[in-house]
Amino acid sequence: MKHSVTLDKERCRGCTTCVKHCPTEAIRVRRGRAHIIEERCIDCGECIRVCPNKMKKAVCDPFDIINNYKYKVALPDQSLYGQFRNTGDLNLILAGLLEMGFDMVAEVAEAAEYISMAVRELLEKNDDLPRPLISSACPAVVRLICMRFPKLMPHLVPLIAPFEAAAIKSRKLASEASGLPPEEIGIFLISPCAAKATATRYPMSLENKVVDGVLSMTDVYKELLSAMKNVKDPPPKLARSGPIGVGWARAGGEMYALPDKKCIAVDGIENIIRILEDLEDGMLPPVDFLELDACNQGCVGGVLTAENPYVARAKIAMLTKQIPESENKAMSPEKFAMQMELVHAPAWKLDDDFLEALKKAARIEELRKQLPGLNCGSCGAPSCRALAEDIVLGIGNENDCIFRLREKMQNIAGSEKADDYLPPPFRRGKKREVHDDESQ
Amino acid sequence: MSAAIHLSYKVDGSDFTGAGTASAAIKRILREIGVDMDTIRRCAICMYEGEINMVIHANGGTADVYIDTEGVKMVLKDNGPGIADVEQAMQEGFSTAKEGVRDLGFGAGMGLPNMKKYSDEMLIDTEVGKGTKVTLIVRFPKGGGDGA
Ligand SMILES: Nc1ncnc2c1ncn2[C@@H]1O[C@H](COP(=O)(O)OP(=O)(O)O)[C@@H](O)[C@H]1O
Ligand code: SF4
Ligand SMILES: [Mg+2]
Repeated sequence: MKHSVTLDKERCRGCTTCVKHCPTEAIRVRRGRAHIIEERCIDCGECIRVCPNKMKKAVCDPFDIINNYKYKVALPDQSLYGQFRNTGDLNLILAGLLEMGFDMVAEVAEAAEYISMAVRELLEKNDDLPRPLISSACPAVVRLICMRFPKLMPHLVPLIAPFEAAAIKSRKLASEASGLPPEEIGIFLISPCAAKATATRYPMSLENKVVDGVLSMTDVYKELLSAMKNVKDPPPKLARSGPIGVGWARAGGEMYALPDKKCIAVDGIENIIRILEDLEDGMLPPVDFLELDACNQGCVGGVLTAENPYVARAKIAMLTKQIPESENKAMSPEKFAMQMELVHAPAWKLDDDFLEALKKAARIEELRKQLPGLNCGSCGAPSCRALAEDIVLGIGNENDCIFRLREKMQNIAGSEKADDYLPPPFRRGKKREVHDDESQ
Repeated sequence: MSAAIHLSYKVDGSDFTGAGTASAAIKRILREIGVDMDTIRRCAICMYEGEINMVIHANGGTADVYIDTEGVKMVLKDNGPGIADVEQAMQEGFSTAKEGVRDLGFGAGMGLPNMKKYSDEMLIDTEVGKGTKVTLIVRFPKGGGDGA
């Protein structure tokens, strides 16, 4: 699996902040550097957010990439509209993008309106689909479900993401407008996050890539601020999205587009894992639609955004009240159907052979009981249980545990003194009994 | 029983939100072993209902879980009031839960019936004034995990 979260190996200091925060336990520190276990990464960006050294990045393309194409289309994610404190004029923002060198703008927010209408139609007509339908708009959530909740995969809305719909449509329009063949059109997503960046490079539900490059929203934002100053007043009418599409930028936006349906909107990846577990266990009250945004506050909280997510959220809420309804008309959901079936990518399986897997699990439990249950992170794993797992999977060692090491030191030194060489939290006379409900 | 796993959990009687710990842990392990999702779900429901019952009716207890190649055995033991009429307790909708508990969404009287429904074997050993022991067995489908 391919990703857009990377780490500056030179500058990573090997602290365990990201290890502890990763919702899928995908990070380990080894030899003073963090490493990402690729199969477990969902590109949610939590590690980028929490890194105190700002060592983790979402890989985007340099702005120059647009010059590789004769005709350049910008796909601004709807969260872009929440970034500006001094303007709520979508036309001005979009005209600023043209000033920066793009030949055309295609709002992701406009495509989001089509998707909203298509979802409504699916909810109204299609009885083959299980309830609740789960939004497939956040690629981090889709990855999480494909990896950890395969039973819920049929619940995902079987439509492509708004940015993909916007890319497909704009390539056609741009080709007509410029007279150039479609492959000479360059389409660039202005992305709020690593998850969307990855989704453009390695589409999950499309046969081919439809976006040619990804630009970081923060990078674009800085340039855009000055470009907007060069826009002649009044800016041309470019915006085609209304309150519904713009509203998608914040958590709850998709839900507001389905006012007569029973919906639950959840933001924040940890909260999402909890609600999906409840759904899997049949513990949720019956609802029609689940909107899930990996980032707190929704896409305005994406790691590549510039504005404080709460401020941006308020801005989006205000915009949805100010801007006029769009003229976008419903199109059949088939127009936006996923072209490829999502694939289950298990990342939590110990062995393909059932008996082997069972043996490994037994060994993990055995090891875990021998570990102190402090979840201190000194071993570079997020918890004692995770270290036990690593040992069995061959990517960790018993001596990685500072307690285990102490025992060894005691054996060698033959004295209780070894305790003094441990950091204060770990100095202890005797080992404590560990219960199974601890150190999960 | 060559490759057997034994887990044990204390279920705190004073905490509704704590119930579910054992159920979540079992889910995780079964998923790692590669047990099919349906079996995982059945085990999780049995365990969760058992945990909840110990919290709301018996002031807590212990849960022991044994996993081997055949399936999962769950043993829920408490020193609570016991069940006077097991046949009655097994009926759908029967509950002695107090109002306060019902307001929290528990006490629909479906716990024991669901445990019966989702397990392959269920045994209730109870004595009024002494406590209750519920043993549940969920067998893996033939051929072990299906990889889902
Ligand atoms: N561990 C237990 N200790 C004592 N009584 C129990 C226990 N488990 C179940 N019961 C009795 O059986 C009844 C039915 O249980 P159940 O079907 O789970 O419904 P509910 O828990 O919603 O009341 C309970 O109301 C209670 O009287
Ligand atoms: S919520 Fe939005 S910004 Fe955050 S990861 Fe998902 S798609 Fe990206
Ligand atoms: Mg019950």
